[in-house]
Amino acid sequence: MNGSAIAASGLRKAYKDKVVLDGIDLDVEAGTIFALLGPNGAGKTTTVNVLTTLLTPDAGRVVVAGHDVVTETKAVRAAIGVTGQFAAVDDLLTGEENLLMMADLLHLPKAEGRRIADRLLDRFDLAEAAGKPAASYSGGMRRKLDLAMTLVGEPQIIFLDEPTTGLDPRSRRTMWEIIRELVASGTTVFLTTQYLEEADELADRIAVLDQGRLVAEGTADELKRRVPGSHVRLRFTGRHELDAAARILPGSTRDDEELTLRVPGDGGVRSLRALLDRLDQHSIDVEELSVHTPDLDDVFLALTGNANKEVSAR
Amino acid sequence: MNVIADSGTMLRRNFRHTMRNPMALFNGIVMPVFLMFLMVYVFGDAFSVGVDYADYATPGLMLTTICYGIGATAIAVNSDMTTGFINRLRVMDVSRAAVLNAHVIVTMLRSLVAIAFVTGVAFLMGFRPSASFAEWLGVIGIVVLTVFAIGWLTVAFGLAAKTPESAGLAAVPLMLLPFLSSAFVPAGKMGPGARQFAEYQPFTPIIETLRGLLTGTPSAGSAITAVAWCAGLALVGYLWARASFKKRA
Repeated sequence: MNGSAIAASGLRKAYKDKVVLDGIDLDVEAGTIFALLGPNGAGKTTTVNVLTTLLTPDAGRVVVAGHDVVTETKAVRAAIGVTGQFAAVDDLLTGEENLLMMADLLHLPKAEGRRIADRLLDRFDLAEAAGKPAASYSGGMRRKLDLAMTLVGEPQIIFLDEPTTGLDPRSRRTMWEIIRELVASGTTVFLTTQYLEEADELADRIAVLDQGRLVAEGTADELKRRVPGSHVRLRFTGRHELDAAARILPGSTRDDEELTLRVPGDGGVRSLRALLDRLDQHSIDVEELSVHTPDLDDVFLALTGNANKEVSAR
Repeated sequence: MNVIADSGTMLRRNFRHTMRNPMALFNGIVMPVFLMFLMVYVFGDAFSVGVDYADYATPGLMLTTICYGIGATAIAVNSDMTTGFINRLRVMDVSRAAVLNAHVIVTMLRSLVAIAFVTGVAFLMGFRPSASFAEWLGVIGIVVLTVFAIGWLTVAFGLAAKTPESAGLAAVPLMLLPFLSSAFVPAGKMGPGARQFAEYQPFTPIIETLRGLLTGTPSAGSAITAVAWCAGLALVGYLWARASFKKRA
């Protein structure tokens, strides 16, 4: 499938007088990972619930896997799989029974259900624990089982609501690996997260959600370039060069001890070339040059308005 | 026929839950049997109700058994809701009917098994009913109807509660109701206030109907009231459960 796996326009949802989603537009290309990034209470779960047919939007149109979520609910449900924020596994059933139950609910033939369950248990390293009740699983194992249950139906599009919240670093890495494998095999993944690192690691495109609005969208690099604070750091061999460079580059900040000069700029090729040309014109030797883009944390704080002061003070 | 297949799958799951949840088995079967022993063997001789106490108390204990078994159902239903399990089922297009029916059916089966146990113990302790075959069928009918009504009501409690803990608590009033009915002593012997309450609450006509059938003296009046109460409670429970499910899931 090429083109859009998920397309939403003008999505709105309010509970009584509290507006949760205030006009969201999304476009997720098939076969990619899309991350919806936002702080708690931004509306991430509500967005997932609308995209997965669990909630009806007040306004707007959502097309998932080519079907309208409101009028063609069944077709949408047949194409998607959802793993919610809390591992929705059945604690009293074993890992294997959980998977077989999914196969039964999908009305797969018994033998096929068994085969799929066994394969998923192997793939997610759960074969050894297959006969133990899920209540005895660690947090990471529960999440894996949860995702495995979603995969029994071999969905084209998978929604993961904060898939690694509460996991230890190792389990988180394992989960990332699994998500990458899914996409490599052609699945589209829509995930929500409050971790910038996660969005940065996994996502082809990232949208930043804050108080029900999308405040930015793009690749991780595009987003990083959007906030002020990018700069070029120049290091010189001696005080003389530093003085000369500081004179021709107004607005830069110098560090006499380190013999460095910090030149504000977006770090793009064009401005970098202009900077180098200028230094050449004045025959100033630069020992070392590095481009510093703010990390996603800076972007996040700047875009979600929680730390305007901090950013503008820089 | 997905609804039937899915109900079967959910039923198998809920059945496993009961078998693996010692608390459900204990509250559902051991507690009522102990209560039977306590009321009849320990306290029984102190109550003068005009007939053998085992004969008097057994119908009430049948009902009490139902009420003790429902806590597990309320908690199970609520956990399905709060853990997101029901959302998973909804995205898989499993019908609401399959999910809720399975809970009601398992509750009914569990209660009926427990009632069979309790009745067995009652026989050991001197319960000698004089009901005919037809009257026994009447007893079974009333019991099934009552479990059905209370089952739906419990599912509704479970769906409406915010947490599994409060869901478990919501079942407590139902555990207390039998004590404020004619289950263990006739309403006429209670103090003012309690007596009126006992006379007009739904359990009293249900228990009186069972008692009448078991002693071979059925009363049409109390039977009609009992059936009306059951139908009413079942309807309220069903509609409430449906509305909560729609709102929350």
